[in-house]
Amino acid sequence: MLPFYRYIPFLCILLCLLGAILLAAGKNGRAAFVISVAGALVTAVLSGILLIRLMQTNESFVFVMGRFPAPFGNELKAGPLQALLSTCFSLVIALSLLGGWSDLKHDVKPDKLNLYFVMVSLTLASLYVLTYTNDMFTGYVFIEISTLSACALVMAKDRGQTLVATLRYLFLSLLGSGLFLIGIVLLYSVTGHLLMKQVSEHIAALRATGEFTLQLAFIVGLFTAGLGVKSAMFPFHRWLPDAHGSTTTASSAILSGTVIKGTAILLITLFCRVFTLDTVDKLHIDNVVFVLGLMGMIFGSVSAIRERHSKRMLAWSSIAQMGYIFTGIGLGTRAGICAACFHILVHATSKSMLFCCVGRLSAVNGHRKMLKELQGSARRDVLAGVGFTLGALSMIGIPLLAGFASKLYLATSTMGSATKMGATLIAIALSTVLNALYYIPAVVTVWSTPDGESPERAPHDPTFVIAAVVSIAAVVLLGVAYTPVMHMVEVGFALL
Amino acid sequence: MMSFLNTLVQHRYAITATILFVVGLMNLMQQRYLVRKVIGFNIMDAAIFLLLASRGYVEGRMAPVVAEGTAERAAELYINPVPAGLVLTGIVVSVSVSAFSLALIQKIYREYGSSDIKELVHLVKRED
Repeated sequence: MLPFYRYIPFLCILLCLLGAILLAAGKNGRAAFVISVAGALVTAVLSGILLIRLMQTNESFVFVMGRFPAPFGNELKAGPLQALLSTCFSLVIALSLLGGWSDLKHDVKPDKLNLYFVMVSLTLASLYVLTYTNDMFTGYVFIEISTLSACALVMAKDRGQTLVATLRYLFLSLLGSGLFLIGIVLLYSVTGHLLMKQVSEHIAALRATGEFTLQLAFIVGLFTAGLGVKSAMFPFHRWLPDAHGSTTTASSAILSGTVIKGTAILLITLFCRVFTLDTVDKLHIDNVVFVLGLMGMIFGSVSAIRERHSKRMLAWSSIAQMGYIFTGIGLGTRAGICAACFHILVHATSKSMLFCCVGRLSAVNGHRKMLKELQGSARRDVLAGVGFTLGALSMIGIPLLAGFASKLYLATSTMGSATKMGATLIAIALSTVLNALYYIPAVVTVWSTPDGESPERAPHDPTFVIAAVVSIAAVVLLGVAYTPVMHMVEVGFALL
Repeated sequence: MMSFLNTLVQHRYAITATILFVVGLMNLMQQRYLVRKVIGFNIMDAAIFLLLASRGYVEGRMAPVVAEGTAERAAELYINPVPAGLVLTGIVVSVSVSAFSLALIQKIYREYGSSDIKELVHLVKRED
């Protein structure tokens, strides 16, 4: 019998999958909402316990499922980094549901509401698996599950526009997972294994002999492209603005906050645990990821400036922020990947808060979505206005807010290489200015009053208040007390 | 010449899979009608499964059905069963994805009366 904490990763996945089945059987949307939020919080608490325990003992462990030992069975591997990320994902999903609940009631048909929460449970389950899995093929299966559930989350708002957005998202995602699957097939034919540890040993042996270098480069390229499509890496990002911008608030927050991060984490795991950073560097894949990351950073922000639709603007900003994460991965160093992981936490909390606040701001202004129609909305709901402002400032990178810390870490992590340092610092500076160019006018718009009249206060929305207060606290906490969080990330990276 | 033909025969599965994959991909990119795009996907998936299944097949060996009494016999009697298992899982995934896409296309058709992607993009733009 293993100690209890070793069951936690498996237990969380099982809870989410069982929760999905349970919710599908029910009919009541409200009950499903309560169960989903409670379930997400329970998994967050469990992952938090796991995190504390693993930080105390400074260890990572492998959980063998079934009675088949390696190399035949299926495994999960958990360390502090995985526990930290899953705690964050669970919390963000719970907060997004709370913040988007009133919009959900408005956008989703009442008889379909419980099915929406089924999809949320499946999304959370797939995120957990993508974070914890130690088996390549399990990764592929859950990439597909995350694709289908994410598509269902997008099309929850039953309008023609969202349906077409879903379709484009689906087709591109399928192309991405197809590339990933080919990568697995080729890797299997080269190494003969699917478990990450065994694959990694074989790759190390191949590296020593110098054989199959071209094949390895091709395989790493396939994995990068496949996962890049799912994580909206430039230039595979075109599906994201419509999919994340046109759907209901909770879906936007969940998709932008967590789903696009799941595959990025799998990419980090593959780079560090399977191929090792040294090999990736020798194959020059990290340079490609680095350049694409920088281009995403700039291009996403430029497109956001041109966007007039409030949610689509935030979606373009997500592409820019994923650019930061890919830049960090592309640095190919310990510090770079730690900065990328930290930025995953920062963006998850900030962007879900921004989406919830914009959803609320547009709800108090008669569900209008264009930026200029949100004029004065922050005065109708001050809390949503404060949340939006803080989120925007955090994305720009103002000190004492989460975004500042991650930009700081990304900038300092480039110190190792002169060429990459110059490019990164210029890109960060440029992107900060560009971020300010679209976030500041948006903030000014929501606080300004049309023609001097003072708008009436909107009635309170209790679930949104909880979500906004906790999110604001999280963003400020990440911006002030970033050293302990970064310490956890660094310990977790060493044990990856 | 003979050696070239020999290489072709040796890699016949990989070559067929590549051709199939390109056919599927071109279908996906070029076709305007959504259902045809889905068929393109299925061809791509079939190509990947062919490649995967061929990796586990060893000329002259049998299916790994371990009956009473044969369990102790050497493993070199059998082909590698793992890729076959992966192909089965892959087929399940592919079927569910196809079903989901077709349902979505049906819903879009009811909404817009069209399954032509160019026309749909145009119609959606007009809604904005």
